[in-house]
Amino acid sequence: MTPSYASYNEFKEQLLAAFRDNEERMNGERKSPLHQIRRTALKQFDQLGFPTIRHEEWKYSSVNGLLKQSFDLDETTTLTMEDLAPLEIPNLDGNIIYFVNGRYHAELSRLISPADQVQILSFAEAIKSDPELIDTHFARYANYQENAFTALNTALASDGIVIRVPANTTVEQPIILRFITDTRTKNITSQPRNLVLVGKNAEVMMAESYRTLGEGASFVNVVTEIVLERDARMQYYKVQNETEKAYHIGTTQVNQADNSHFYSATVTLNGNFVRNNLNIVLNGQQAEAFMYGLYMPNGRQHVDNHTLVDHAMPNSYSNELYKGILDDNSTGVFNGKIFVRPDAQKTNAYQSCKNVVLSSGATMNTKPQLEIFADDVKCSHGTTTGQLNDEALFYMRSRGIPKDEARTLLLYAFSQDVLSQIKIQPIREYLEKVVTQKLTK
Amino acid sequence: MLSISNLQASIGDKEILRGLNLEVNPGEVHAIMGPNGAGKSTLASVLAGREDYDVTGGSVTFDGKDLLDMAPEERAAEGIFLAFQYPVEIPGVSTTNFLKTAMNEIRKYRGQDPLDAVQFLKLMKEKMKLVNIDQSLLSRSLNEGFSGGEKKRNEIFQMAMLEPKLAILDETDSGLDIDALRIVADGVNQLRSPERATIVVTHYQRLLDYIVPDFVHVLYKGRIVKSGPKELALELEEKGYDWIKAEAI
Ligand SMILES: Nc1ncnc2c1ncn2[C@@H]1O[C@H](COP(=O)(O)OP(=O)(O)OP(=O)(O)O)[C@@H](O)[C@H]1O
Ligand SMILES: [Mg+2]
Repeated sequence: MTPSYASYNEFKEQLLAAFRDNEERMNGERKSPLHQIRRTALKQFDQLGFPTIRHEEWKYSSVNGLLKQSFDLDETTTLTMEDLAPLEIPNLDGNIIYFVNGRYHAELSRLISPADQVQILSFAEAIKSDPELIDTHFARYANYQENAFTALNTALASDGIVIRVPANTTVEQPIILRFITDTRTKNITSQPRNLVLVGKNAEVMMAESYRTLGEGASFVNVVTEIVLERDARMQYYKVQNETEKAYHIGTTQVNQADNSHFYSATVTLNGNFVRNNLNIVLNGQQAEAFMYGLYMPNGRQHVDNHTLVDHAMPNSYSNELYKGILDDNSTGVFNGKIFVRPDAQKTNAYQSCKNVVLSSGATMNTKPQLEIFADDVKCSHGTTTGQLNDEALFYMRSRGIPKDEARTLLLYAFSQDVLSQIKIQPIREYLEKVVTQKLTK
Repeated sequence: MLSISNLQASIGDKEILRGLNLEVNPGEVHAIMGPNGAGKSTLASVLAGREDYDVTGGSVTFDGKDLLDMAPEERAAEGIFLAFQYPVEIPGVSTTNFLKTAMNEIRKYRGQDPLDAVQFLKLMKEKMKLVNIDQSLLSRSLNEGFSGGEKKRNEIFQMAMLEPKLAILDETDSGLDIDALRIVADGVNQLRSPERATIVVTHYQRLLDYIVPDFVHVLYKGRIVKSGPKELALELEEKGYDWIKAEAI
């Protein structure tokens, strides 16, 4: 056992036991290829254990706080539309799919896109109705060998969403996944598992939104696997606005074929501990990935964005801009890895991470990592971390704009580089509103 | 209107203003000249309320109120405007949006209703013509990537929009071509009225051909060491500052 993982932990034992209980209750599924993968993943999770800060990938992000919590693994709850009213995103239109404590919630969900545009199934349904599809794609992309949380999710994967967009199809309405964790009566953990397959020359917009109800602790450990076939285009937004007791660890794993385009924005507004892994494999020529990120921790919040772009084929392009506004005693991490394989000549890869630190108690750790094994490539990276520009503040004040107002205006403008990228208008407007509220607090 | 008496200001251990006196009455234009590093921009900044400077002595009143007691935004709302020697770039905020916010904040301070979009646009159109500035410039991020001349013209545009009682122009003429210089001067002259006053900081007599001052002052080592009528500027242009420095000792 490597010393960079915790060897024993109660929460871990609880999760292992839950796996065995589940297994007992299974009939045919137990022998399915899917379940064999789960078992392998469980073994892997058992061996790895939860990472400690001695693990290179977790150096600045200690999960000790999470491991001190206790969670009820029975996720059942009753939730009505009224309960969700405070979490509403105004004017939101499209396929709105609710997950409550990780379980697909049919009554709350609304699917409006016709079946010839997109097939949307819960993961639990898909296991039964289309096992072949699951066997072909499940856990083929997200690495559960090295990442304990992905292994855990893979082992316990039982619900989430499966989306399939047929070739040459544009899904006109966005698909919005709303993950609601209801902690009103107990501490809840969930392991949502999503699979998105976008066919040749197809196009789709999708968002994942994470919210918490109640005062309890929550731990969401999500994995989303996305496959873009050649010429496919996808807009993908991940938005977290959870509570001070929310732990969130998520991996989005993207696999792109020739000339596919992936546009993403990862926005973290609130949460106790948030780790976003965004891993993109550019496995085709002329494939392009755009990654934007915004995080605004305050209080004692911790937000960690790990991105990995793997340029595996020639002539691919990636462009990344992450921006952070850190207040109080919050901490932020940005770790951006760009990998250019020997074959990936003519790669263009750009990365930038800019941070404003508003208080002396806040800390930002940035680590760009470029590993380039081809010679004909254009790569650049840059990170900046500074305070709000005093010159700019004075200039604005000298024109009559009060200090707080000027500060908000500057920071709002700073966030706009990311928010303006979001093409689902109600989501962008909602975020602009929440960002403004957070800045004026 | 503005009354500066024995003003002393420093930054860190460095004394910059060392007992400066100046009276500005409504309707007047004052030119301030002086060698590099004399403290001209410091004076302008202290009047606008920049917090980097410590005011260690003296007083400044504006319309009878203690100016040094006010935050920069309050001074702006009271009618002081500083055109910066080096205008600051504000990424992500358009001039239009910036000015609208500024105007309505000032109006709020004065107990006036905010301008609606139509009123604001109308005013903007009018003033744009005055300083011959292009709409496309105003919708870009404020000063970001503007040429030196564009920045200066934008300062005057803002001044025209805000219609201050006291405008302080810190080397607004430097970096301007002849046409732009005339435009800037026209902008200032249009604002001239019996109720308003202007302080023009400049190194060149040329600007004063267009904006004719009532008084010319020489600032040297943190003090006004000589004052005179507009002809003093001509004399300075001809003779430089050495004779003044000699007199000042
Ligand atoms: N932030 C600062 N830190 C240290 N010294 C400063 C600072 N600001 C101004 N000074 C010094 O104060 C003195 C006066 O500067 P100021 O900018 O007021 O001069 P000026 O008269 O406007 O000169 P110029 O004609 O070159 O614009 C200079 O010696 C300058 O170096
Ligand atoms: Mg100066």
